[in-house]
Amino acid sequence: MSVIIRKMDEKELMNQITELRELLRIKEAQLVALRREKQILQDYGLSNGEILRYSRQIFLPEIGIKGQIKLKNSSILIVGAGGLGCPAALYLASAGAGQIGIIDYDDVEINNLHRQLLYAETQIGTPKVNAAAENLNRLNSDVKVIPYKIQLDSSNALNIIKSYDVVIDATDNVATRYLLNDACVLSNKPLVSGSALKFEGHLSVFNYNGPCYRCIFPKPPPPETVTNCGDGGVFGPAVGTIGVLQALEALKIVLDLPHVLSGQLLLFDGLETKFRKINLRGKNRNCAICGEHPTLHKLIDYEQFCGAKANDKEPKLNLLKNEDRISVEEYNTTLKLGTEAHLLIDVRSAEEFDICHLKNSINIPLRNINNNEKVTLIRNRIQEIQKQHNDASLYVICRRGNDSQKAVKNLQETFKESNIEIKDVIGGIHAWSKKIDSTFPVY
Amino acid sequence: MSIESNGISVIIELGGGAELLFDKKKKHSVNLPGNDWTIQKLLFWMKDNLLKERPELFMQDDTVRPGILVLVNDTDWELLGEGNYKINSGDTIMFISTLHGG
Ligand SMILES: [Zn+2]
Repeated sequence: MSVIIRKMDEKELMNQITELRELLRIKEAQLVALRREKQILQDYGLSNGEILRYSRQIFLPEIGIKGQIKLKNSSILIVGAGGLGCPAALYLASAGAGQIGIIDYDDVEINNLHRQLLYAETQIGTPKVNAAAENLNRLNSDVKVIPYKIQLDSSNALNIIKSYDVVIDATDNVATRYLLNDACVLSNKPLVSGSALKFEGHLSVFNYNGPCYRCIFPKPPPPETVTNCGDGGVFGPAVGTIGVLQALEALKIVLDLPHVLSGQLLLFDGLETKFRKINLRGKNRNCAICGEHPTLHKLIDYEQFCGAKANDKEPKLNLLKNEDRISVEEYNTTLKLGTEAHLLIDVRSAEEFDICHLKNSINIPLRNINNNEKVTLIRNRIQEIQKQHNDASLYVICRRGNDSQKAVKNLQETFKESNIEIKDVIGGIHAWSKKIDSTFPVY
Repeated sequence: MSIESNGISVIIELGGGAELLFDKKKKHSVNLPGNDWTIQKLLFWMKDNLLKERPELFMQDDTVRPGILVLVNDTDWELLGEGNYKINSGDTIMFISTLHGG
């Protein structure tokens, strides 16, 4: 009963807060409009308010009044409002970029907040681009922020990009990186490309008096070699460093400053706090999109080209036959009969295993599943079980039920001589938490 | 003793996740026997002597897989003749797996 009351309180409170916030937003907008009316405009196009606001960068000889006017007239497109896009957007808005477009299809999730500094707890569940626009305008009401809650693809990319001077690639997947590159080459726009994973980051500027992304990477990487932040993890300040540098390069381009990072690649290693700048090959004369005789004249199907989806969400794999799989409910029943007659292998990383695991499971990360030492360990445990029970089963669990299928495939090969039953637990720890034990954290 | 028999010493650096295939070590100081070494030859030597797992994630056919940049002393190997580059003692050869996350 008390739980129900508390739930009602929470909902009621949230509604009240939403109403207050909307009222606050309206009043703030009124105040901004009122103040703007009173502003004195200098004949070169900046108001006294702007001069005061940007004075610390106007003092820089590389910028000055002329540079500030360039910034005010600039339009920059940020593709991806994540760990790279958030800090980039903050710096662009703060510096007084006139127009910022932001493309992202996702809503704010709580697991974004450790690195995506544009969002607040109260914005969880709202579209990222709307939350970003709201917060950027609170930071600088002079900036025109255009949110695009869409999945960028071959049908819409060129039409959006044409309204911008510079494009920032802050995306999280290979397919969109090739799409953006080709779209920027076809539209003749510079592309400031950043990427990050774990403690590392890469930065380069493409299609700006130098090579494009395809000149350097004519072939996409095999999909199985690509790790996303949702699986590999990412450290906020490391990805943030690259995002800030993307803003720096974009602003340098707008300001016509020299030494833009074209034809070079900056490598950042946050673990060793090390920067390294390397010289890339120049423009490739045979490049399929920017070469002398391009074979690509329009955008293609990039998911097909890369063999991977244009997002960083894990697709649901279906590698196994039904008889090689077991639901969490069935596994729970097996557990109740006893844990002795089977072995449960959890193939997540050691870090994930530390977050939560089933008591009877042992941890062998997927990447180690073929190691001789681990295979021997499994074989010995199976033999022990077989001695006592005649029969032995091997179950495999992971976070969401994809890696466990890959592990089963591997184990079926390794143990093809013995006729033990090897199955994966469908849906993994997520399904376990949802259907069996809600005290298990979902991450 | 000829200088030849001393071999050459090079530093191999790995990054962007490529180090995971090489015992998770980002830096390997190695001595190569003889002095007639190209990167092409080094690739196979690395595969046989340093690589700990899943060679298909490092090499495809007789070169590095797409998505790995090879750098000699901070310069793209394509500017230096790719696999035919003749390695000098003291060279730093770097293999960077490109990142795609954000
Ligand atoms: Zn090109």
